[in-house]
Amino acid sequence: MAWVRRPAPTNGEESENGVGQETRTNNIEIMSTEEILKQFPAEHNNMLGILHALQDNNPRNYLNSKDLKAAAAYLNTSLSHVYGVATYYSMFSVRPRGENIIRICNSPVCHVEGSVNIIDELKKELFIGLGETTEDGLFTIELTECLGQCHRAPVMMINENIYGNLSKEKILSILNKYKNNHSG
Amino acid sequence: MMELSDLVKLANNEWDDLLNGDDPVLLVGNATCGRSAGSGIVFRTLKNRINESGIKCKLHEVGCIGMCYLEPIVAVYTPGNPLLFFSGVHEKEAAELFESYVIKKEKAQGKVIGFLGEGDSDGHKHLGDITVMRPQERLVLNNCGLIDPTSLNHYIANKGYSGLNKSLGLEPQQVIDNIKASGLRGRGGAGFPTWRKWQFARDKDSDIKYLVCNADEGDPGAFMNRSLIEGDPHSLIEGMIIAAYAIGASTGYIYCRAEYPLALERLRLAIKQAEEEGLLGKNILESGFDFRLKVKEGAGAFVCGEETALIASIEGDRGMPRPRPPFPAVAGLWGKPTIINNVETLASVSRIFQNSPEWFSRFGTEKSKGTKTFALVGKVKNSGLIEVPLGTSMREIIFDIGGGVENDKQFKAVQTGGPSGGCLPAELIDLPVDYESLADAGTIMGSGGLVVMDENTCMVDVARYFLDFAHKESCGECAPCRLGTKQMLDILTDITEGRGSMEDLKLLEDLGKGIMKGSLCGLGQTAPNPVLTTLRYFRDEYIEHIRDKKCRAKVCKELIYYDIIAEKCTGCHLCFKVCPVSAISGDPKEIHVIDQELCIKCGMCLEKCPDKFNAIEVYAGSKNHG
Repeated sequence: MAWVRRPAPTNGEESENGVGQETRTNNIEIMSTEEILKQFPAEHNNMLGILHALQDNNPRNYLNSKDLKAAAAYLNTSLSHVYGVATYYSMFSVRPRGENIIRICNSPVCHVEGSVNIIDELKKELFIGLGETTEDGLFTIELTECLGQCHRAPVMMINENIYGNLSKEKILSILNKYKNNHSG
Repeated sequence: MMELSDLVKLANNEWDDLLNGDDPVLLVGNATCGRSAGSGIVFRTLKNRINESGIKCKLHEVGCIGMCYLEPIVAVYTPGNPLLFFSGVHEKEAAELFESYVIKKEKAQGKVIGFLGEGDSDGHKHLGDITVMRPQERLVLNNCGLIDPTSLNHYIANKGYSGLNKSLGLEPQQVIDNIKASGLRGRGGAGFPTWRKWQFARDKDSDIKYLVCNADEGDPGAFMNRSLIEGDPHSLIEGMIIAAYAIGASTGYIYCRAEYPLALERLRLAIKQAEEEGLLGKNILESGFDFRLKVKEGAGAFVCGEETALIASIEGDRGMPRPRPPFPAVAGLWGKPTIINNVETLASVSRIFQNSPEWFSRFGTEKSKGTKTFALVGKVKNSGLIEVPLGTSMREIIFDIGGGVENDKQFKAVQTGGPSGGCLPAELIDLPVDYESLADAGTIMGSGGLVVMDENTCMVDVARYFLDFAHKESCGECAPCRLGTKQMLDILTDITEGRGSMEDLKLLEDLGKGIMKGSLCGLGQTAPNPVLTTLRYFRDEYIEHIRDKKCRAKVCKELIYYDIIAEKCTGCHLCFKVCPVSAISGDPKEIHVIDQELCIKCGMCLEKCPDKFNAIEVYAGSKNHG
């Protein structure tokens, strides 16, 4: 599936994604809603795939009402049904989010390894709370279920990139990378 | 289309050339665990070095070999030498390793984990003989960390798809009989016999049947399925084709979490490769059997690991469970008979047919056959992915393989089965890990997360944590789960904050049993487990919280206090400056004092107090009440 995903910045000492990354585009290509829908057969079971693709295509990482309506029409179902699905799953949002979504794990292992301090640090650094977006639209902080990286707890995921063994210092350098990537 | 034997010939040549050839080979552990340790950069560094040096050298990415605490791991083959595994190979070490060991052919420097292959390697141990590996039996994880997961040939050269070939030569009923003979039980939860599930679906008369692989591995602390898919995706696909043939399914789905982008990428590639070689699709290996396989990506809902919720999610709806019966084997996806198996179960099916049912049933206990993979995490020295015969004791797993508790602290408990499981105390350390023993102890095998806890873990806090998790992930459909978990959570919060009463313990137990009986699906039916097991094994800790207002692990903020040790305080005044609520008094050079009434227990003074003085201490209980 040729979904456009946001790559990790590759400058800096610890870019943590490896091969596979090279094949991905560096800029978010905005496609029209119709183009995205056409990639999927018009079957109801493609609902989640369609919503993922529409959301990934939106620079603000969310499903706007135009997209939801288009998906409903394409799958021949009601808008309320599509809205119900979009609001049920934690990875979908019907409100604009940041360009980069920080998903921090607060599962038991991360919890025991001090994820609470990391969450506090993120909040302090970005001046936002959980589920909120920074004023410049760069970051949103969300909690996530276990990312399956428990040996490097505490762990977070920014877009599709995993960062482990987090400390307050490390948080700052990671955030800076994303900030620089944006301005550069 | 080629016959499998032709594919095997090609694959064997390539594999033989790789590990016995004239060119050196570098294998970089590049699963998500490796990548989060920096293996991506290591891979690129080695690639550049090979290009710059101009020598012929093969470079492959491989999955996780399980020793995640040693990542990044690079394995190197040089002609005439066995395959050597190096740990902690970061960017700098990778460049050095390439320079000295590959180009200059010097003796192996750096941290060698062990070797695989023939011959003595300068006194290094065989990988199977190192402490972490010795008690393990790698049946399912056989290929993980050794083959390139993006190469179909690597898989085929390691018996891959020979199991499929064998089973397509049998009648579907014989395939089920073979699984029965192997004794395989479901690896995702309570251990229902796999053959029986298959038989239900086989016996059901229906024009369409479906096979679903549950790769929605949501249990906190569990990552076995992720590693398996990232390291050896074809073993899952082969198992699925065999299962589909046995039950008569023509379409299959793999429902995988969206939190596992690399696993999804690997699966999509592997399916494409299998289709291209006629291993999937129409007329598989000229047998006349057709099977299509699709990947479905989740969107972050824990309850979708429950089979009826998973079905709803595949259909494109909200992942809400349905009442059972009818069971999915009778009426599942779109009302048709549907078999849902776990990733590890299906990968085990591949191995059983690549070898034999007898080979598989040699491992394990009388009732629990074969091996089980576990994610060993938490306060344990050697964290990572392991595979042991069922019936191996917790002691062997935690102390022999895991190397014991981190920082040599006291082992307190191990949590199995995620939020549906329970906490086992140190007294049960010799418990054999099989389905029945775990059930007797009040917990479940689950998919295989083992979270080790030490003396600094508060069991009431752990129970509260899991209830919080279950409460948040409850889909809200049935009242016992939606409201019951909230009530239990409130009671536990009261206890951890010093407002509990002794009656609460009875209430928790009654409520827990009620929720288990009354809930619609597995989430609610098992959500009270962590509370009930901690009440059973760590009751004294609950009582301490309630009666003595004391948290012995010093975790529950309301039940601890900070104090300055007068003899050690030099009056450096640092804590005074950092305290956000001005609870610390004292002039410079004088002994400082914390006002317990004002203190909010943020711990900043403790963090600030220089190590050489170490004058601030945390105590359980409260200062006035001891």
